[in-house]
Amino acid sequence: MSVVIARQLKKTYISGDITVNAIQGVDFNIEPASFVSFIGPSGSGKSTLLNMIGCLDPPTEGTLQVAGKEITNLNRKEAALFRGKNIGFVFQDFNLIPVLSVFENVEYPLLMVQNWSKEKREKRVLDLLDAVGMADQANKKPSQISGGQKQRVAVARALVTNAKLVLADEPTANLDRETANRIIGLMKQMRDDFQTTFIFSTHDPRIVENVEITFTLEDGKFTSHTDNHGGDHV
Amino acid sequence: MEETMFNILKLATRNLQRYRRRTFLTSMLITLGVVAVLLFISISGSFKAMMIGQITDSMLGHLQIHKKGYLASIDSLPLNRNLSGKQLQKIEQVLSQEKAVESYSMRIKLGAMFSNFTETTNIRLNSVLPDEELRTAPLLMERMIEGEKEGLLKKGEILVPELIAKGMKVKVGDSIVLVANNKDGSVNGQTFMVRGILEGISGPGGRDGMIHLDDAKALLRIDGDEVSEVAIRLKDIDQLPAVFARLKAELESMKNKDGKPVFEVHSWEKLSPFFNIAKMIDLMTFFIKIMLVAIVLVSIMNVMVMAVYERINEIGTIAAIGTSPGKIMSLFITEGFLMGVLGTAIGTAISLASILIMNGSQISFDFGRQKGLLLSPTIGAYDVVTVVFIVIVIAVAASLQPAYKAAQMDPNTALRHV
Repeated sequence: MSVVIARQLKKTYISGDITVNAIQGVDFNIEPASFVSFIGPSGSGKSTLLNMIGCLDPPTEGTLQVAGKEITNLNRKEAALFRGKNIGFVFQDFNLIPVLSVFENVEYPLLMVQNWSKEKREKRVLDLLDAVGMADQANKKPSQISGGQKQRVAVARALVTNAKLVLADEPTANLDRETANRIIGLMKQMRDDFQTTFIFSTHDPRIVENVEITFTLEDGKFTSHTDNHGGDHV
Repeated sequence: MEETMFNILKLATRNLQRYRRRTFLTSMLITLGVVAVLLFISISGSFKAMMIGQITDSMLGHLQIHKKGYLASIDSLPLNRNLSGKQLQKIEQVLSQEKAVESYSMRIKLGAMFSNFTETTNIRLNSVLPDEELRTAPLLMERMIEGEKEGLLKKGEILVPELIAKGMKVKVGDSIVLVANNKDGSVNGQTFMVRGILEGISGPGGRDGMIHLDDAKALLRIDGDEVSEVAIRLKDIDQLPAVFARLKAELESMKNKDGKPVFEVHSWEKLSPFFNIAKMIDLMTFFIKIMLVAIVLVSIMNVMVMAVYERINEIGTIAAIGTSPGKIMSLFITEGFLMGVLGTAIGTAISLASILIMNGSQISFDFGRQKGLLLSPTIGAYDVVTVVFIVIVIAVAASLQPAYKAAQMDPNTALRHV
C-alpha cells in the first residue's frame, strides 16, 4: 500500500485581498521505501506539498493519506502525535537543539514524544549514531561539530522513531559538495537499511540525480513525473 | 512520565544556562525583592510584637471588662460607671470557667490633685492589688525606673509617673498628698509615701500613677467591692480572638432590669492607639508584597517573552518532530518556575543570614519616650513559606502567557522564522 496517497490536493493562502493557489489539485502516490524528490523553481509549491504531507500545514481541499491515515482534518495535538509516530524531519539548517548533546538530540523524540524505556532508548540511539557514523561524537554539543556532522545527527534523529517517512527540505543546501554527496549517500543507505521512504524538496541536482522518482512542480501543478526506473510521465 | 518531567527540567535548566547573565540578573531582581520583603516583615513584625508586648504586659492586659458605657467616657474617669460587687461576682464566675485566662486584675481608675506641699497638679491614678496586677502585667516592674521594685507597692505608697516626679521635684521617700472627689462630690485627702518613679509608655494609662486598691477605696470612701475595670491576661495571646469572642458573647448578653447590657468587653486593640500603627505596618507589608509580586511578574514575563521570541525556530523544530503543545508549554513554565525558585532560594538564604547577623549585632533604637529598645528581628516559618509560595506562583503565572504562545505556535510558521 502506498505510504502517501494524494487526491485533488489543493492549498490556497489568503492574505487580505491576495489569494495564492500554492497547490492546484495534484494527485500522486508514493510507495514505501522510495526515494522521491519534489523539484521546481522558488514558489512552485514544493515546500507547501512537503509541509502538507508532514501534517505541518493542512490542505485546503482534497484528501491526503499518510501511512494509512487520512490526515486532512487532524487537530494540532493529533497532528503532533501523528508526526511523532510516523514522520521524521531533516531541515536545511539542521535544527538541532543547541543545549542538548548529539546523543540527547537523537534521544529527544524517544523520550519526549514516544516514552521509550531507558535501556531500549540508549540502544536505539547508539545504533542510529553508529549507522550515521556519529557514535564517537555522542557527547558533543551541536556547536562542537561540523555542518555535515549536524546533518548526520539530524538524519539519525529523523529515523530514531522508526518513522515510515522522512521529509527533508533542502537538506544539502548548507553543505559543501563533498559533504552533500556523503549525506545523500547516507540517506540512501538508511533507506535501504530501514526501508524508510525519503521525500525531498530540493533545488540540488545532486539529489535529483540520486532519487528514483522526481515530481517537477510549477505554479502548484506537476509538470512532469520522472521515474528513474520507468521513464518520464507528464 | 517521571523521565519526561526530568527531561523537561533538564532542558529548562540548560536553556536558562544558555543566557547566564540574563538569568542571573532576573534572579537577582527576585532575590532583592524577597530580601526586602522578608527583612521588612521580620523587622516590622518584631517591632510590632515588642510594642504589643510592652503595651499589654506592662499596662493594658490583653482584654478589659468595664461597665457598659465606661470606655466612651474614660477621659473623665467616671466613678459612677464602676462595676458593682454583684457584677464583679458575675465576671469572676465567667473568668473562672475560661481556661485560657492566666490572671486578671481589678482596678479603680481615678483622677486626683497631687500636692508636694508647695505645688499642686492633677494626676490620673490606677489603683491595684499588687499581686494580681503583677500577674496580669508582668512587665510593669520594668517600668519602675527608681525605687524598690519588690512587691510593687504597699498601702500608703504611691508610684509617681516620671513626668510628674520631674515637674514636681518629687523623689523616692518623699511624702505627698492626694486629694480626690468621690462620686457624690465630697472631697477627701490622704498622705502617701513615694515608693518609686514609673516610666511613661505610649497609649492610654501610660502616664498614670499607681496606688493600692484599698487606698483608693479609702480615698474615695467606697464601701464594699467596686472597681472601674478588670484587666485580663491570657496564657497565649494567639488565643485572643477566640477568647475575646467568647467573653464578649457571654458578658455582653447579660442584661440589667431595664433590659440593657451591663458589661462591655474590649481587647487591647480597641484600647490602644498603637493598634492603628500595627495596622499601618500590616498595610505596608501588604503593599511591599504587592511590589514583590510586580517585580517578579514583570521580570519573569519579560525574560520569558524574550526566550520565546529568540527560540521560535527551535519551538518549530520540537513541534515538528512531535512534541505536544502541552509539553512545549511545560518547558517554558518550568523555566519561569526555576528562575522563581533560584531567586527565592538565594533571597531567603540572604534574609535569614541578615536576621541572624542583626540579632547578633544587638541593634537598639528609641520609640517615643521608650529608649534603648533592642531590635530583635525574627521571622516565622509561615511568613517565609508565604513569600516563597507567592514568588513561585507568580513566577509560574508570569510564564503562562509566553508559554501558551509558544505552545500554540504554528510549527510551519515557526520553522520559517529567521
